Amino acid sequence: MSTPPHPGRPGPSFAPFGYAPVPEGVHPPLASPDYRSAELRAPSRPPLAIAPGLTEITGPLLGGDRVGPLDHDLTRQHGAEPVGQRIVVHGRVVDGDGRGVGATLVEIWQANASGRYRHAMDQWPGVLDPNFSGAGRTLTDADGSYRFVTVKPGAYPWKNHHNAWRPAHIHVSLFGRSFSQRLVTQMYFPDDPLFFQDPIFNSVPDPAARQRLVSAYDHESSQPEWALAFRFDLVLRGRRSTPFEGVDHG
Amino acid sequence: MDERPAPLTPSQTVGPFFHFGLVWPDGASVVPEGTPGSFLLHGRVLDGAGAPVPDALVETWQADAEGRFDHPDDPRRPVALTPAGFRGFGRCPTDAEGRYGVLTVKPGAVAPAAAPHLVLSIFARGLLDRVVTRCYLPDDAEAHAGDPVLSALDPGRRATLVAVADDAGYRFDIRLQGPDETVFLAV
Repeated sequence: MSTPPHPGRPGPSFAPFGYAPVPEGVHPPLASPDYRSAELRAPSRPPLAIAPGLTEITGPLLGGDRVGPLDHDLTRQHGAEPVGQRIVVHGRVVDGDGRGVGATLVEIWQANASGRYRHAMDQWPGVLDPNFSGAGRTLTDADGSYRFVTVKPGAYPWKNHHNAWRPAHIHVSLFGRSFSQRLVTQMYFPDDPLFFQDPIFNSVPDPAARQRLVSAYDHESSQPEWALAFRFDLVLRGRRSTPFEGVDHG
Repeated sequence: MDERPAPLTPSQTVGPFFHFGLVWPDGASVVPEGTPGSFLLHGRVLDGAGAPVPDALVETWQADAEGRFDHPDDPRRPVALTPAGFRGFGRCPTDAEGRYGVLTVKPGAVAPAAAPHLVLSIFARGLLDRVVTRCYLPDDAEAHAGDPVLSALDPGRRATLVAVADDAGYRFDIRLQGPDETVFLAV
């Protein structure tokens, strides 16, 4: 490696110290007894905190060549429109410092209006829709904005506990600008009556953080005679402003 | 701790039905097929009972063969990464036996003291947040002794972060839970 370090190159995403720690209560604890699938899968030891190296500070900046012109519109991926309530889902991806995260890949997947996924392992008697696949992707604009058109997913049953139903949700996957910012989450809809019994939604310890998983109905953006709009902003980790203070593991 | 103007979005599980949304046809190709020196980094994801996890998603990220990244936080950027077509990122769902595999090349060292390594994210039904680990390669045993992460671990735990050479390349099993649990990292 003969290339000398580039002198002072604090670009808009320069993070020499890595990313700020996630406050307690935001992410669910991996061991969550009410969520049965975690029982044999959640690690029993806490993760080892390390000072991040370049591998953790950098991350894949990709996606532009992966997004087709109709990938953001889940209602136009087949010969006819899918059944269901047509909705616009939009918002901004920002970091914990409030800066927009531009040109980052957003991937979504969801059940159809009947609550059925197009997936071999989903076998409950909800109805499949030949005009709905349920997967979308887009790249955020320079300011972090994104927009999808889809149909509102239905609730569906699962076997976690007696009469268990997942609240309607859309899965969202984000890369950000760093391996440390990678986030997979779920977006919910306001006032869902199924929240009270859902161990996945309720696995987020901090009630205020939990509410950040719920989109807002956005009447201003609803389109007359066409679609209802929901706004869902996503916040990824911000940069650390001081060096790692624990034992320096690298 | 810093006051942050924007509170973070919590993680939620990837669930069992991500395949049609997240699996890419070329996901496992960190480097293009046929790249000289490429090998398969592969293994199994196992649960606390030692059973395969057939619905996990494994993602990998690593420096190129010279230890560099095409990223603004790598002060050496811009550079042409080696080998040609190097993407650095891999993504592979596990199969019915819990197996994953990505085609890649050996990463270079990213800092003088650090032994070459990849970072991995594991997502699965049952994991409400991803788990993160590092994978080191067995041929760097000398560098392992000076690596700040590896040298902080007792030898038994350290072994969970070192892949094993085999005919296909390197095998790196991930044990989510149990006595041989992989060392997971907060980064």
